[in-house]
Amino acid sequence: MSTNQTSLPLAAAATPASRILQLGLAAFLGLFVVGFAGFSHISAVHNAAHDVRHSLAFPCH
Amino acid sequence: MTLFRNIVFVSALAGLVAGFAMTLMQYAGTVPLILQAETYETAQPVAHDHGATVDAGHHGEGVVASAHEHDAQAWTPADGFQRSAFTALANIATAIGFAILLVTASELAGGLSGWRQGIFWGLAGFAVFTLAPGLGLPPELPGMPVADLDHRQVWWVATAVATAAGLALLTFKRALPLAVLAVGIMVVPHLVGAPKPPSFETAVPETLAHDFVVMVSIVSLVFWVLLGGLAGYARSRFMRAA
Repeated sequence: MSTNQTSLPLAAAATPASRILQLGLAAFLGLFVVGFAGFSHISAVHNAAHDVRHSLAFPCH
Repeated sequence: MTLFRNIVFVSALAGLVAGFAMTLMQYAGTVPLILQAETYETAQPVAHDHGATVDAGHHGEGVVASAHEHDAQAWTPADGFQRSAFTALANIATAIGFAILLVTASELAGGLSGWRQGIFWGLAGFAVFTLAPGLGLPPELPGMPVADLDHRQVWWVATAVATAAGLALLTFKRALPLAVLAVGIMVVPHLVGAPKPPSFETAVPETLAHDFVVMVSIVSLVFWVLLGGLAGYARSRFMRAA
């Protein structure tokens, strides 16, 4: 993204439908990333993120 | 896709810094306690039996504390640099994920106006993802007795969702009945109750477990304030209206 500070405000840049779609996509991406790192049952993922899961109080083991 | 791109960009910036800071705080605060707990875990005679056999003789029910579901065949990072590197990676990924959720939610409310507003959203994140689930499922050390993983994950997610919904209702709706409803929604998961382990017996000393709960809560608090503040700063700096 450009750091051009004269760019349009976010709300004006998108139609309501497109805005909802983009927020939905973003929410899905966020949930996927947190879910993968913190909740995946794949053993290798669990082991890699082991200390993080304990330190963030995600349910573990 | 400007909005989506901007959310991801702001979140990546905030998550990168907060995730790295989180890693440092964990190595100072929580990881030493985890390593200490693991010495008790491996000392347990029935540890790592993967739940295949449960000690039914003394307790009447299986002791899940020993059913530490590490798959012995699965890849595990080597202790030392590799373990730390994956911890840092996982922290940064998780922080970016949390930042995306925080920034997305705040866009629904008009967007973060600056670092101070970001901090309040960070405090909300702390309440939703640390405080509320932690009431029923306190931060657990390796070797602590735990209930079934799926049940805990479901309760954890449901509690986070209910707390987020309740906080949003409380903050953005101004009607008294909705405020009452909001508190009700936040209380319900705790009335239902978190899944409990069949036994609370553990080789991990209580003081260690207590220190861990305090340390996780404090580290999480700093992490969320930092994440929210950074996201608010980045949002106002790079996504400012003309």
